[in-house]
Amino acid sequence: MSSEVRPYTLVAELTYKCPLRCVYCSNPLDYGRHADEVDTGTWLRVFQEAEDLGVVQLNLTGGEPLIRHDLEALIEEAHRLDLYTNLITGGIPLTVERLTRFRALGLDNVQLSIQDVRAGASDRIAGLRSFDRKLEVARWAKNLGFPLTINVVLHRDNLDRVADVIALAEDLSADRLELANAQYVGWALQNRAALLPTREQLERARAIAAAARARLRGTMEILFVTPDYYSEFPKACMDGWGRRFVVVSPDGLVLPCHAAHTLPGLEFESVRQRALGDIWRDSPGFNAFRGEAWMPEPCRSCDRRAIDFGGCRCQAFHLTGKAAVTDPACRLSPDHGLIEAARAQALEAAGRAMPLEYRARTVSLRG
Amino acid sequence: MGAPGRPRVISAESRPRLAEKARLRFDRKAQQYLLLFPERGLALNPTAAEILKLCTGEHTVEAIIERLLETYDTQPREAVEREVVAFLAGMAERGLVKAGR
Ligand code: SF4
Ligand code: SF4
Repeated sequence: MSSEVRPYTLVAELTYKCPLRCVYCSNPLDYGRHADEVDTGTWLRVFQEAEDLGVVQLNLTGGEPLIRHDLEALIEEAHRLDLYTNLITGGIPLTVERLTRFRALGLDNVQLSIQDVRAGASDRIAGLRSFDRKLEVARWAKNLGFPLTINVVLHRDNLDRVADVIALAEDLSADRLELANAQYVGWALQNRAALLPTREQLERARAIAAAARARLRGTMEILFVTPDYYSEFPKACMDGWGRRFVVVSPDGLVLPCHAAHTLPGLEFESVRQRALGDIWRDSPGFNAFRGEAWMPEPCRSCDRRAIDFGGCRCQAFHLTGKAAVTDPACRLSPDHGLIEAARAQALEAAGRAMPLEYRARTVSLRG
Repeated sequence: MGAPGRPRVISAESRPRLAEKARLRFDRKAQQYLLLFPERGLALNPTAAEILKLCTGEHTVEAIIERLLETYDTQPREAVEREVVAFLAGMAERGLVKAGR
């Protein structure tokens, strides 16, 4: 392992609790089993250890980070450590007073998720009436001088309204708009039949986003994240396993990606027992898929292996039952048929309403 | 620089400042400055860092060039001018620097 490997970003998942119940939530399906949350003092120590390790960016996320009453203390310490701190939130529960405090304490960026541009559809995906309040939160953030990122997860039901989504983000004076197609792990995989769009839908939305990106260059940054299911090759998940990101789960597990603890047979350690830097460097879970030694064919002899690192381990596992295989999203993967079948299913189901399974604690404790 | 329709082009009189979302930070590990913004960062060479440190909204582009000439006095003025303006235009295009007045 090269000694230069250092994380740039700490993803602090402060809690899996959330008032919303998004049908594509990326929290693990068994999140209810990780309810024993790390305390304030431990988080403060983790921030310091992360900074020592080379981390310069901090994402405060969850679940819903606003649920944590100690968020003020965490932001204050992050600011003291000169970490670029981004609050990733659904905006509920929040008051303008609390957001004002966050500003004074040095929070750098607010990233707000909105589920759709129509209140009804947004609330349907979130499983809670929340749309109007979210817009209010966006306005507070801008009035307080925060840079604002709007994040919208795209799927079959809202992809055709991308132009309206962009207009809404412009209207809110967002600095950055993330149009992130759902990635089918976690709850989104459960709901894939209801969420996966058709290729045609996706291409139309992509063209609209590209035109808006050119028009708004220098004013609002627009990011369009394609779903793996319609790319030839997978994305470099997390920029590669254990390369630039370090995730700490609400119960203190140090992970290379937010779903790594759903992979069987891997050992991950907790910040409760060991320093972050030691875990980052030599925990077996971190080293399992670092570098190229683990790679099977076709990755092993593929020119793209230093670009996409063989794709997503979680996607590989959840689709094939094996984590150490080429991501099926890659067209060179022997399991690529699984992806083609899902695409065919999406085409066949186009226009039909499908049942949704909401993220819920009872479901997460099942089985 | 700056195609038609782009917001506020950088000129010699503008007083550029970092965008709200962007922040400079010295990186001890790599011994260089980083420009940080949501989800990403740019590693800066010493000249780029020098320029961005002066992007506070107080200094005109002209004044920034003067300052750089003090440090890089072996370089012809036109070369420094061209480099600074091109760099700032690129940063503005990415929304990381605002032209100011
Ligand atoms: S995706 Fe939805 S349910 Fe999951 S944490 Fe975010 S806001 Fe909550
Ligand atoms: S074979 Fe592996 S390395 Fe090559 S493109 Fe596919 S996933 Fe990436």
